[in-house]
Amino acid sequence: MPAPSPTISENRLFLSGNEAVARAVWESGCKVAAAYPGTPSTEMLEVISTYPEIYSEWSVNEKVSLEVAIGAAFAGSRAFCAMKHVGMNVASDALMTLTLTGVIGGLVIAIADDVGLSSSQNEQDSRFWGRFAHVPVFEPSDSQEAYEMTKLAFDFSEKHQVPVILRMTTRINHVKGLVVVGERVAHPNTGGFQKNPARWVMTPAGAGKRIPLMFERDQALRAAAEASPLNVVDGGRDRRVGFVASGPAWMHVKESFPDAPVLKLGFSCPVPVEKIRAFAKTVDNLVVVEEVEPLVETELKAAGIHCHGKDILPKQGELAPNVLKPAIAKLLGEPAPENLAKPAPVFPRPPTMCVACPHLGVYYTLSQIKNITISGDIGCYTLGAGHPWNALDTTISMGASMGIALGLDKGRGEADKDKRILAVIGDSTFLHMGMQGLLDIVYNRGNVTVLLLDNRAVGMTGGQPDPGSGRDIHGEPAPRVDFAKLVEALGVKKERIHVVDPYQLPVLFKTIREEIKIPEVSVIITNQPCVLIDDYKKQKPYEVIDEKCTGCGNCVEVGCPAIHVVRREKVVKPSGKEVELQFVRIETSVCTGCGLCVQPCAPDAIVPADPSKPIRLVKH
Amino acid sequence: MPESNVTNILVVGIGGQGVMTATEILAEAAIALGHDVKKTEVAGMAQRGGVVSSHLRFGPKVLSPQIMPGTADLLVAFEAAEGLRWCHYLKPGGLVLLNTAHIVPPVVDIGLYEYPADPIAEIRAKGYRVHAFDAMKIALELGDVRLGNTVMLGAMADHLPFPAEVLLEAIVKRFRARKPQMVELNQRAFEAGRAAEKAAAHQKAEAIA
Repeated sequence: MPAPSPTISENRLFLSGNEAVARAVWESGCKVAAAYPGTPSTEMLEVISTYPEIYSEWSVNEKVSLEVAIGAAFAGSRAFCAMKHVGMNVASDALMTLTLTGVIGGLVIAIADDVGLSSSQNEQDSRFWGRFAHVPVFEPSDSQEAYEMTKLAFDFSEKHQVPVILRMTTRINHVKGLVVVGERVAHPNTGGFQKNPARWVMTPAGAGKRIPLMFERDQALRAAAEASPLNVVDGGRDRRVGFVASGPAWMHVKESFPDAPVLKLGFSCPVPVEKIRAFAKTVDNLVVVEEVEPLVETELKAAGIHCHGKDILPKQGELAPNVLKPAIAKLLGEPAPENLAKPAPVFPRPPTMCVACPHLGVYYTLSQIKNITISGDIGCYTLGAGHPWNALDTTISMGASMGIALGLDKGRGEADKDKRILAVIGDSTFLHMGMQGLLDIVYNRGNVTVLLLDNRAVGMTGGQPDPGSGRDIHGEPAPRVDFAKLVEALGVKKERIHVVDPYQLPVLFKTIREEIKIPEVSVIITNQPCVLIDDYKKQKPYEVIDEKCTGCGNCVEVGCPAIHVVRREKVVKPSGKEVELQFVRIETSVCTGCGLCVQPCAPDAIVPADPSKPIRLVKH
Repeated sequence: MPESNVTNILVVGIGGQGVMTATEILAEAAIALGHDVKKTEVAGMAQRGGVVSSHLRFGPKVLSPQIMPGTADLLVAFEAAEGLRWCHYLKPGGLVLLNTAHIVPPVVDIGLYEYPADPIAEIRAKGYRVHAFDAMKIALELGDVRLGNTVMLGAMADHLPFPAEVLLEAIVKRFRARKPQMVELNQRAFEAGRAAEKAAAHQKAEAIA
């Protein structure tokens, strides 16, 4: 949970885009809000959960969160759900039918696109969902607009009985700016759920009758976009280039070309083609600046409007001024702006697992086992693909480790005949989309060993609770799912289910070794909490006795960030083999005493730290 | 947009060092003076030992939240190699306030990459100025390694387009609201950082002389 942002004055706050949306959801009289955590969208629900007037929940996945919001909107209340871009792929099944029924109470869906890939498996443009589902898309460009557009979206949703997508990107979600806010206005329920099967029950016959209504609505939405004050021309003495831009791209255009005219698209789907056509006539060159895909550009070209876009701008990443300026200079035939200073070549600093993370022992163990293929999943444990473990062979999407493992098993070629197939998945991911995959493995008699890493939290996004935590979004006690019973209910044989302490390396190693030999599905559940959540108990730190350290480097292989190599030495073994010794120290100030590194240390050089000695910082 | 009216400060370090909190406090000071302020960083995975860079821009009106390379007025590096990684964001000849701590990532420990031998010398070789001091040691001497970000704020205090007292007030206000028992210690950390920076600046001047 992030610390609340400061109150500057009663109605002027310094808020991130996510916080601004949450505030607007509250002010709009919303009654129900649901989400599954995912960077950069997570804080929206975290902040909403602090408002007692709104029912809020962490759902098990985005589809369920949208379904909860849909139910509330059908019941006549205002509803909200938030997700990251890949979450909408999961929720889209519900969205594509919701577009036919529409809503009664206002329903706003905030989608956070991770433009620039700060922490996602892909970069995708959620504006397409608006076009695909025939629903309007609003695009704020900073916190103030995120706040205002959220409120407008609720009103618009009710007026047209259509869900509204609020498309945000990392540079709105995680940018803080000053926001002038208002007060909550209660929004009365419209009189409860009204039975109307022709509208709410989408059988083929019912849905067939709703499709023409959706096209009719498209006309109204297009007219609204053409007339919307959210789509407005701004500035413009220098008419050589006119820009069409939305979201943070608009900020970058204004910053880079303060004198150029810019048509800002705040209401970008349906595209206000006629407004843009009129604007195009007032400038020499029209350039469409959009992060990620050329969606507006393609539509303009189809309408016969000449424009530039992805022919001069990158299709990947953020369109910050250092990207825009050189591209436009080239278009105008001007010399490129002075070469921007180049970064120094410094070692990469990829994210790592935390000190004492219960996953460390799992990946250390996996890295010691030969002849296995490991399908991975989305979460902290994806970091097991990195150094020093290199213990993941695939990562596609949330829950996919299960189905992919089955596919690796069933599709194995002669070369993989003797390979063992492992799948790794976290507790939250398993509940999100993994259960069905495991059921499929069981049902189709796959030969897969599943490692279910239960750390009682959604670790990657900051330790939010899930049905495996025993707590709800407010930190209140909640029923905790019993994973051993759950996987047994899915059909895994009782004797093939093991619950193992991931800090007990010999037991973990033995269990994995035994289970991969048995040609049927087994599930090994690890049961230690994430070190970032309250359940984790710190113990006394360890230190290395320098004189005893033989430089074997076994502890380094565990991958704990508290262990540092302070000296390397090349030696030739009696066998003639040259090896590099790595002498280590432990950063006692951060060591939590989990004891993982003690176990592979042959010379017993790692011992409890002497509390009387001052903390020694390891430094090169 | 009169760009020259916007002050750009880039604060960088490693997840967990308090980079984001320090920038937030700096932002609060700028807000208190009536500026328009924008602040952004890439969080998410970065909190797991990755690089954190926090952009702060303030002035009469701020549009883009991101600082362009070559335009930062000040770079505050909570870690030595990170100072080198980000120094090209500075204006030519710009100043780096640098914590000399070397936080070595696992990819270096296992021998895949090398930690730069002398990051400070490399930054200076690129034409930037560096004031370097051991903020971690100062924080530990005051009793808590977590005071490191307040030490760094103290070091910034005399390089801002507003009086140091405004920044100190923002720190005090924050702790008074959340951890009143920590107010005095943070005031001391702030002053210690300020003094360490002065000494570092003086040392550099002597070295040149």
